[in-house]
Amino acid sequence: MELLVASGIGVLVASGVYLLLRSRTFPVVLGLTLLSYAVNLFIFAMGRLAPGKPPILAPGVTGYADPLPQALVLTAIVIGFGMTAFVAVLAVRARDALGSDHVDGVPDAAPERPEAR
Amino acid sequence: MNHWIIVPVVLPALAATVLVLLGDRLAWQRAIGLAATVALLAVAIGLALRANAGDCWTYALGDWPAPFGIVLVLDRLAALMLLLTAIVALGSLLHALNGCDARGRYFHALFQFQLMGLDGAFLTGDLFNLFVFFEVLLIASYGLLVHGGGAERFRAGAHYVVVNLTGSALFLVAVSLLYAMTGTLNMADMALKVAGAGAADAALIRAGALLLLVVFGVKAALVPLYFWLPATYSAAAAPVAALFAIMTKVGVYAILRVSTLIFGADAGIGSAVAQPWLLPAGLVTLALGTLGALAGRTLRRLIAYLTIASVGTILAGVGLFREAAVGAALYYMAHSTLAVALLFLVADLIARGRGAAADRLERAAAVPQPALLGSLYFVSAVALAGVPPLSGYLGKLLLLQAAQGEAAAVWVWSTVLACALLTLVALSRAGSALFWHVAPMEGSPQRGRATIADALPAAALLGCLLGLAAGAQPAARYARATAEQLLHPAGYVRAVLGGAAGLSAETAGRR
Repeated sequence: MELLVASGIGVLVASGVYLLLRSRTFPVVLGLTLLSYAVNLFIFAMGRLAPGKPPILAPGVTGYADPLPQALVLTAIVIGFGMTAFVAVLAVRARDALGSDHVDGVPDAAPERPEAR
Repeated sequence: MNHWIIVPVVLPALAATVLVLLGDRLAWQRAIGLAATVALLAVAIGLALRANAGDCWTYALGDWPAPFGIVLVLDRLAALMLLLTAIVALGSLLHALNGCDARGRYFHALFQFQLMGLDGAFLTGDLFNLFVFFEVLLIASYGLLVHGGGAERFRAGAHYVVVNLTGSALFLVAVSLLYAMTGTLNMADMALKVAGAGAADAALIRAGALLLLVVFGVKAALVPLYFWLPATYSAAAAPVAALFAIMTKVGVYAILRVSTLIFGADAGIGSAVAQPWLLPAGLVTLALGTLGALAGRTLRRLIAYLTIASVGTILAGVGLFREAAVGAALYYMAHSTLAVALLFLVADLIARGRGAAADRLERAAAVPQPALLGSLYFVSAVALAGVPPLSGYLGKLLLLQAAQGEAAAVWVWSTVLACALLTLVALSRAGSALFWHVAPMEGSPQRGRATIADALPAAALLGCLLGLAAGAQPAARYARATAEQLLHPAGYVRAVLGGAAGLSAETAGRR
């Protein structure tokens, strides 16, 4: 379980960072999304992994999961969702204003080779 | 319970909501935005007078007791930051009324949301709540940055947003890591838990602390995380850039708060985690910022680099971690925030007077009012460069005095003095290029004549700077008292946790 969650977070972060460093805005937005998924999982795991345990008080139950990270994840998801929506709109507007979806706004000098994408 | 503490958060939030609902009625927007900002300044002055008594005032949101609910805490540092924010905001907003605010529908609403985020970040005593307020102020700043549109702003805006979203992801990692190790998000409670943590937890707690330093370093534009700043600040509209002068100080504030309260001198295994990095990083930031200013090709880019240099000076003072040095850094912070905001406004006045050449440091037609704009530029440049008799000089002098007797004194003295000289060179070069390197008139019709009213907001900020120099003794005494309060966080912890301290020890036993 620990190994699965940890390596899942690791793979998400690695993919996110890779996409974040790409030169077109669309992969960068996807990279930010993956990064925020990884962070959400990380916050969740920081409340300790406790499968099958309730987060709120219930009669006759001894072990509990920590409810606070779940609330934090909820906040982080909402903020991350809003930010992703904003950055997607900004990327579209930047593409309109700059005439290119390159992150530095460099106009495409030559027709792009298909394998570059 | 004293409800005034939450007013700096609630007032802009209400004003912003009303402003959104108003639609595009500009006259009403201006009236409400201005009224809210003036009221905010009045409240900030009141809170600063109150904080000057030396106690920490706390406000439990929803009346939940401290380690469980979110608290707002007003101490001298928070009050100082609130006051600075309100002054800079009022100056920027007045400057925006010259027509800049009409270029986008939601300028005033975004402006108030930005103020809400800033004030909340300065007041909150909860680490996760700090993250939330950071996001509030960032998303408002994203909107403000692209205000007015244009290719340059969208390009800079995309970089700014991506860098800050990555920073936010790191912030969440750091906060949740610290939560996992201490079981609390309340900063005062976390200070107690970190101080009582065993050696087994040391590595992860210190990693969390350093991650926080990286995150706040991105906001503060600390070396090597400042590359987003020059393009962003020089692309933003003038009032927005002036307001952004306080944004880097949010990072400085957070570094100061976290490294004195949670990872301060008596934090056991967590003590002085960030401290060894701050002084060298601050000095390198100062040097690189000054070199960038020397190379700047437009006035606004030059000022943006000087913003970085001022952050370097402040953090070098903080890195010395002694009462006198931190006090000097705080005095310099008040000065540099006002001076940078002022110069951005003056640069806008100059750029409008020069027509198509804008603020590029090249030969162009003379500005219509060389005497008015020239003297404004001259006095603000003197203030920012740190030449006697203005507050920049006093701030640097205090810092140099505080560094005396430290092992790093040689480095502090040589870097600060050399950079002051180079700043002076950069600002004089820009001034002579703008005002003296004049091409013969070639009838450019779009040059705008700045009226006296246009120059008033800048003059008001200049008045504040002069006041900071004239009232240097009380201001420096306040800064010194703030430093003393910061370096002895026991009062803060007691004010927040109060009788609940025993309770939180019990929750510590549970983990």
